[in-house]
Amino acid sequence: MKLLGIFLKDWQSELRTRYAINALAMFILVTISVILFSIGNENPDEFLTGGMLWVVIFFSAMSGLSRSFVSEEERGTSATLMLIAKPSTVFGGKLLFNFVLVFLMNFVIPILFAMLFETFVVRNLLLFAFSIILGNIGIAVSSTLIASIISKANTKGTLYPVLSFPILLPLILILIELTKYSIEGVSVEESWVEIAILIIYDIVMTISSFLLFDFIWKE
Amino acid sequence: MNNYKLEIQNLSKKYGRRLVFSGVSGSYSTGEIIGIKGKNGSGKSTLSRILVGIDSQNGGKVNHILNGKILEKEDIYNFVGFAAPYLNLYSEFSAFENLKIFSKIRGIQFDLQLTERLFENFNLSKRKNDLLSSYSSGMLQRMKIIFSVIHKPNFLVLDEPISNLDSGGKSEVYQLIKMISHETLIFIASNEESDLRLCSNFIEIEEYKK
Repeated sequence: MKLLGIFLKDWQSELRTRYAINALAMFILVTISVILFSIGNENPDEFLTGGMLWVVIFFSAMSGLSRSFVSEEERGTSATLMLIAKPSTVFGGKLLFNFVLVFLMNFVIPILFAMLFETFVVRNLLLFAFSIILGNIGIAVSSTLIASIISKANTKGTLYPVLSFPILLPLILILIELTKYSIEGVSVEESWVEIAILIIYDIVMTISSFLLFDFIWKE
Repeated sequence: MNNYKLEIQNLSKKYGRRLVFSGVSGSYSTGEIIGIKGKNGSGKSTLSRILVGIDSQNGGKVNHILNGKILEKEDIYNFVGFAAPYLNLYSEFSAFENLKIFSKIRGIQFDLQLTERLFENFNLSKRKNDLLSSYSSGMLQRMKIIFSVIHKPNFLVLDEPISNLDSGGKSEVYQLIKMISHETLIFIASNEESDLRLCSNFIEIEEYKK
């Protein structure tokens, strides 16, 4: 598969340069440390830790996921990619790479939260797994599309979180709600509406991203 | 042998209000070598990029026709080759790795024999496993020429093909052009007399600035 070629290229490149992995790891470390310092000896409310979890995930995603397209622009290799693959192949490969990064990131962050915050106790693991998986898909698709847009701009660093916020806000709000439910121990059946919204968000974003990417990439 | 035809219809390009060219038209096919001439900054590279589909025009059309069938713009990538000084390859990979990765992304079989032959011809065999970040500008230009022909394109655009090359590199490029010219449509954008001497027909950019 051609998009696997793009993914493997990005993965090998990441292993050699460690741009995105280092940025993600440092951001996770710094934000969690700041939260720990700011709360001191206080025990935060269990729902607050659920909200903080997604704040850390959102800003960590903002720091690392733009690299997929920004690095191509900075190195001047975008034209090379245009010469060897269809736009849909490029987007598919970059999306797959960001999926892997988001899954790695969202595997580590909840474990760190469970270790560091006593009140972060997930009572319905299945519901939490649903929200993490569907959330990962939404974050990866949206941030890959936004990364492709901002890579062409001069003010990449600031534009990325600014553009991402309105697009990711509905997703983050639902994810915070579902995390709260999973901490409370609400069943999957009772959370069906929120899960359905997440699935619809993921489908809409994936389809519109593939449709829009042709214009973003070539114009 | 495949017959590749390029039809350019009334092509125009502007950057803001500045007209780069307008009304560029012509029909070219396999076996021809076309020169794109013009002063520095006249738009030779812009026209080259539009022809290979990595830049967009403001008006007109470019049709890529393979054996009588018009190719979709997004499907031309396996039939088109392009080399230019401003085109960058992946510096964190070796020359050999770059070509292997490109074959995988293109979805074509990696031709080891052709790769080795091109490395040999362009005097890169001994350095093929070195990272491109350690290459000199001349070696990088040789590598870009190899990148442009490794998938045996039907349509090849060479923008300033001999920039940064020594005399050995230049003669290798000319030899390669002569060798593939009977089965490839080639465009050369350059001001070098020696490059343009290979061409049978010309597009003079200055003529399209009215």
